[in-house]
This record gives sequence, structure tokens and C-alpha cells, in this order.
Amino acid sequence: MASNSKPATRKAAIVGGNRIPFARSNSTYAQASNQDMLTATLDGLVARFGLQGAEVGEVVAGAVLKHARDFNLTRESVLGSKLAPSTPAYDVQQACGTGLEAAILVANKIALGQIESGIAGGVDTTSDAPLAVGDDLRRVLISLNNATSLQDRLKALARIRPGMIAPEIPRNSEPRTGLAMGEHAQLTAHEWEIGREEQDELTVRSHQNMAAAYEQGFFDDLVTPFLGLSRDQNLRPDSSLEKLAKLKPVFGRALPEGAEATMTAGNSTPLTDGASAVLLASDEWAAERGLPVLAHLVDAQTAAVDYVHGGEGLLMAPVYAVPRMLARNGLSLQDFDFYEIHEAFASTVLATMKAWEDPAYCKEKLGLDAPLGSIDRAKLNVHGSSLAAGHPFAATGGRIVASLAKTLHRAGPGKRGLISICAAGGQGVVAVLES
Amino acid sequence: MADWYTTFANSGFGTTLTKQLGLPRPAVLRRYEPGQPLLPGPVVVGSAGKGRLRDAVTAVLRDAGVTVQSPATADGATDGERLGAVVLDATGLAGPGDLASAHDFLAPAIKRLRPSGRVLVLADPPSDADSPAQAAARQAVDGLVRSIAKELRGGATANAVFVPEGAEASLAGPLRFFLSGRSAYVDGQLLTLSPADVPTGEDDDRPLAGKVAVVTGAARGIGASIARVLARDGAHVVAVDIPAAGESLAAVANEIGGTAFQLDITAPDAASRLIEHLRERHGGVDVVVHNAGITRDKLLVNMDAARWNSVMAVNLQAQLDITQALLDDADVLKPDARIVCVSSQSGIAGNRGQTNYAASKAGVIGMVRAWAPEFAARNATINAVAPGFIVTEMTAKMPVGTREIGSRINSLQQGGLPVDVAETIAWLSQPGSAGVNGQTVRVCGQSMLGA
Repeated sequence: MASNSKPATRKAAIVGGNRIPFARSNSTYAQASNQDMLTATLDGLVARFGLQGAEVGEVVAGAVLKHARDFNLTRESVLGSKLAPSTPAYDVQQACGTGLEAAILVANKIALGQIESGIAGGVDTTSDAPLAVGDDLRRVLISLNNATSLQDRLKALARIRPGMIAPEIPRNSEPRTGLAMGEHAQLTAHEWEIGREEQDELTVRSHQNMAAAYEQGFFDDLVTPFLGLSRDQNLRPDSSLEKLAKLKPVFGRALPEGAEATMTAGNSTPLTDGASAVLLASDEWAAERGLPVLAHLVDAQTAAVDYVHGGEGLLMAPVYAVPRMLARNGLSLQDFDFYEIHEAFASTVLATMKAWEDPAYCKEKLGLDAPLGSIDRAKLNVHGSSLAAGHPFAATGGRIVASLAKTLHRAGPGKRGLISICAAGGQGVVAVLES
Repeated sequence: MADWYTTFANSGFGTTLTKQLGLPRPAVLRRYEPGQPLLPGPVVVGSAGKGRLRDAVTAVLRDAGVTVQSPATADGATDGERLGAVVLDATGLAGPGDLASAHDFLAPAIKRLRPSGRVLVLADPPSDADSPAQAAARQAVDGLVRSIAKELRGGATANAVFVPEGAEASLAGPLRFFLSGRSAYVDGQLLTLSPADVPTGEDDDRPLAGKVAVVTGAARGIGASIARVLARDGAHVVAVDIPAAGESLAAVANEIGGTAFQLDITAPDAASRLIEHLRERHGGVDVVVHNAGITRDKLLVNMDAARWNSVMAVNLQAQLDITQALLDDADVLKPDARIVCVSSQSGIAGNRGQTNYAASKAGVIGMVRAWAPEFAARNATINAVAPGFIVTEMTAKMPVGTREIGSRINSLQQGGLPVDVAETIAWLSQPGSAGVNGQTVRVCGQSMLGA
């Protein structure tokens, strides 16, 4: 009978994490591939937790920008790392939600008893980005490859035109609207009347919080230097409102006439290279190895919005995901000790919080009787977030999960944290951690 | 791994040339490798004075699989077989007259010594002598051994161990160390034992099996070598270095199957974080190697406060603070713990441009001496190791002339390797080294500096 019964679920433990410092695009990591960075990040995790030659249940990671050769990126990274070569791995990709989604997938298998341990990660490079040939040239090259006679080959080659040579460069824009993510975010900021100054204030706080965390050694067991970089390159401890105020807006071409553009290179995350990884396990697995349990992953939720025709903002999906998760767990938005709202743009964090406070929006869009209410800003992104660290798309989730788990652990048992990450394609991934 | 000159001097043409020109002829030293026999040839054990250690020494050597010859055999027909080591039991000297028999024994025996052979003299400490004549005879051992060390060639070394009454049980570990390849670059040294409860039945191949060892400054150089040797000897190594050195630290930890712990040891909460980590992850610590050190060289008159203070903070104050915190903690430091602190030849001899560094490293010597009784009461030990000229990435950047002179002015006519320092530290970390406490062991090839 027992063999047919569904296994009881348990909560997956977050043991710890590792990431490499995030570098600005085309800088220190310009020559590093996704595989280089993910492998180095896994090796740092192995060194921190003594996993040399160890087989973990599964390694799950992904990248948003991938080369064709990266088809089995995570498994190849595992093979290049100090983990046992018998460790299985697979790739996932959910845009900026990749890292958190990977952690959820690992946690769910642990919860079901299918694995005892796992590593969730993510990596991205905008420096070593793939360039592709255009579809016209690609078709010619394929027929050239398929041609069997010299005559056929010459025929295929004769179809090449100079205009086909220009490569296709990956763009940071939505395929269905042609708008850059920042343009979408600027539209949402305008809709929610998010001012320039409050965005800059949030940005300064992110830099200050992260700089203070580095000074206190908070990241000593979360980050391992890579290629000579030992802190996030984007971090500006001396960031100030005055300096940020001098920056010119960089988005706003989709705004209506006369509307103020408020988003700058300062209060938006820059393109960044980096990788992160999180070690999850059953409590027993951790205890057997003398490893700590920083927190448990309690629950998670994804949501998506129709930003193409539905009149919703591209990055607003987490606003929908959170109340569904709260309801399932009988929690209110105020039942948290720490909040980690991914700072894709300062305006995104502010619009998200404003939406939760808005009775009409909560009723009409979220179907709630009462608004979720406000959150205590002192509990928000207490060790800085993406505006300071930078945002290598798939690596952000792992950064947040490990940092929040450590924050909760230090605060003592029974503390609760909320993670909210927006993603391209109008998606959102959110989760609850508890120490 | 030998330096270019040692390689050259041991080549065919190099041998001829260096002999004809009377240039230094550094030998390729016998260094320890796992599974290696203690000695490559037989040992002859002799006595001067009454000698109370001969039987014990013979037993230790036979246990280690070494053939022990008596002086009679040594004087007789030998079939040309050369000796791996010569051990003189000079305990029980009554006065200088007894030393004649030391000469009678040593002269023919040393003549038969192999390359990288060992001369070891065991004696009573001069400070315990009953009479001036006895003290004179015991102190004479000092000059005798140091001179033999200077006369030996071919990578052979001479050292002395002073064994007080009641410390006989402490001898086995040090005896094996000085005869083995682990002590390749320890030459002309005088070690004083103290009575201790010495565990027996140690696995000589993995003497640190099951132990947890912390090594600070483990990301590179001598620290990385210490981590490797401790791991080779069976310890789980917690490799510590500043966060900025984390990339190479992780590589070292992964190479040796240890763990990396990024920590600035001068941070105000460094000791408490280290202790918490050791408790949570390992349930305590058996061995702590205070290796992290920095140099900020300047002549004293030109030295600013920052250079002085940073060197003192890393090289001395952090060692004091972390050790004190470990002692104050109820249970994280295991009862039979071993602390090994890295000092320096500069701390003994002084060095121009290194007032801050030399002061900090001399301070380490005073620190271990002062702490020894408290550690002995816990059945633990604290010792220091003072490296001489050790070939590292740092010395590779020195000007050729300075480097060559620095590396030749010792009895072995060559610089030591990081592994030589590491082997000495690993030996002091062993359970069998319980009777070595408060000592500073120089790993300097009998350097002329500060001798």
C-alpha cells in the first residue's frame, strides 16, 4: 500500500548560496561565456559547502540570452564543475523569473521527496551575446549545406545578397510590441503617476543598503570573486539624489504628448553579466552534512498579464501573483518581516506597491474586496537590490533567494519574507520564505 | 620544484663547473611523500654520557621499519652501506669530559651519512643542570650541533632535541619528524620538549584523520601549501582568506576537498563569526594555523601609521584576538587542540625596512611562549614556525641579486619551499606533538640571519 501512496510533502530548506559579483556589460566579464560564469559559480558553491565530488539530486539553471551551443548549458556547467559528473541537470528559461523559477522547481521536487538536494541557478551575459545571421541568409546557408553537387552549391551561393550579411543582434525589447522593457515601464510609471524623485530616492537607498551590507561582511558567504572582481561593479556607495537628478531620461518615446519622462540610466538597471546559485535540500540532508538551514521555501506562485491588448503594464504580473499566494496561505501583505521586490526599474517597485494600495485596482483587476495595503519601506530590499547590484536576467532570482534566506536566518526563527520578481512577456514569479 | 641554480648545480656540466669554481653546491633535498619510508637507509644510535633514551629511540625506529645499527657495527665492516641518520643520545652528560665520546661516535658515523641524511642529538636541557660542569656539557651540545649542521653537505641536516626528565614520552613524534623528509629545510635547530600525555597508535600516513583545521591566508603561497599538507594528512581544512581573495581560496578548497570561508580576520566580529561557523558546520576545531600575514615595508623614519597599524592588526592582533576568543568559548576549541602561528626569520633577526613586520613577527614568538602553560593545562599546544627564505611568488619578484644572496646564505645553500613550512606546521598539528609547546621552530635551512 505504502508504495502506491502519494508521498507526504515537506518544505525544502535553503542551505545557502553563491554568486559571482555582477559586472557591467562589456566590462570585466566581456570574455566570459555563460558556461564559464555558471561553472565558476557552482565551484564557489561547492567550495563553500564542501561538495567536491558530491552528487546532488539535480541542478536546475538557465540563461535568458543563449548561444546555440548553450543548449545543455547547465549539464555542461556541471560537467565542468567539481560536482560529481553523475549529477543530473536541466535548463529552464522564464525570462527574468528564471532564477526564482529554478529554485521553485528544485524545492518542489524536494518537497515531493523525489530528490534530497538540488542546486538552482541562473546566468546571463549581455557582453558575450549570441549574434545570428538573418533568416534569409540562414536559409541559403542551410541549402548550401544540403547541396550535394558543385552545381547546387554554386546555385545556393548565388542567392546571397549583400543585405543579408548584417547579423541579428538580440534586443531588449518585447517581440509583440517592439517596445523596450524600459519603454513599457515608463508607460506604467506614467499611468501610476510615479514621480522622478521617488524613483531616485529608491535608487539611492538600494545603493546605500547594498554598500552597507558589503561593509558589514554580509556578502562574505554569498559572493565569490570572479576574474578579479570582488564587488558588484554597478554598486555606487556614493550615489546621491543630487547626482541622480543630473541624469537625463532615457525612455519615454511611447509616452503621450506632454507627459514627463522620469526614468534614467540611474533609476533603471543596466545591462549586466553574472551568475548565481542556491543550494536547497531536505532538512535531513543538510543535517547529515552539518550544513545550516537558513530558511524554507514555503510557497510560490506565477502569474501573467495581457500587456499586448489587455491594457495592463508589462511588469505588473507579480501584483496579481502575490494575492493568490497570500490567500492560499492565509496571509496578509503585512505578515512579512522582509520584502524583496526586484528592482528592474525603481518605478516598477513603486508601481507594484501603489497598485496593492489602490482600492479600485485591487477590486477591479485583482478581484479583492479590500486593497492589500502598504508595506513598511524599512523592510524592503534591506540589503539592496538590482538597481545597486545590477541584473543579469536569470541570475537575479538566485541572488535574491540566498540573500533573503540569510537575512531571515539572522533575524531568528519564524521570520517570513516575500519575493516578487517581474519578467518579460508580462510574467511574474513570487515566493514566500520562512526561517 | 628546485630553483634554477640548484637544478644547474646538480646537472652534469653544472656539477663540474661549480666544483671547479668552488661555487655553492645546493643539493636536491629529500622531501616527504606519502608512503615513503621514514629513512632511506639504516640508523646508527650511539650514546655519550649515561644515556637514558637509547632503548626508547631504538623502539620508535624499529616500529617505523628502520634498521638500527649499534656503534660497534658502525665502526666495523659496513659493506659500504651508507647511513640514513645518526642519532646520539647525549642525555646524562656529567661534564665536558663526557663529550669526548660524542666526538668518538659522531665522527666515523657522519662520514658514512647519505645525501639528505640526518644527525640528531638528544640531550638534557641546560637549564635543568645540577652543576656548572653539567650545564656546560649540556650547553656544549648547542655549539656542537650547530657546527655539524654547517659542516654537513648534500642536503643533510643536524638538529638537537632537549628532553627533560619526565618528557621521554614526548620524544617519538619529534624524533620521527627530524629524521623524515618532512623536516627537509629544518636545520641547526634546538627543540625543547615538555612532559605531556601523548596519544599512541597514530596513523603515520594520515596523522590528522578526522581533525578539523583552520588555515588563515589559505588562498595562495605558504597558506595554500599548509592547507594542502594538512588535507593530505587527513584533516578537513577550513580555508580562510579575505573576501577579495575568494576566487583562489575556492580553488584551493576544491583542490583539497576542504571548505572556503571568506573572512577579514581584522573585522571586529571576525572571531565570533569564525567560532559560529566552526560550531555550526563542524562542531568545533582541532587545529588552527594563524598564517595570514601582510608586509608594508618602509624604513621606520618614513613609515606612516597606516602601514604600521595594518601589519600589526593582521600579523599579531588578529592572532591574539582569535586565539583568546577560542579559549574563552566553552567548547569550540577541542581539549587537545593545536595552534600554530606563523612568525618569521625577520622576527628573530630583524630586517631593514621591516620594523613593523619584524615587530609583529617577534610578538608572535612572545605570544606562544606566554600562552604555552595555559594550553598545556588543556592538553593542547601553541607553537610558532619561523620561515626563512622561502621561494614563493613574492620572492620571484625580488631583484635577481637580492634573491640569489637571500636564498644562498644558509647551510643548505638554497631557499626553502612553501611545503617545507607546511610540513613543519602539519607536524606540530599532530596529536603526537603534544610535548612540543611554546616553541618557535625555524624553517630556514640554518640561515645565517639571526642564528
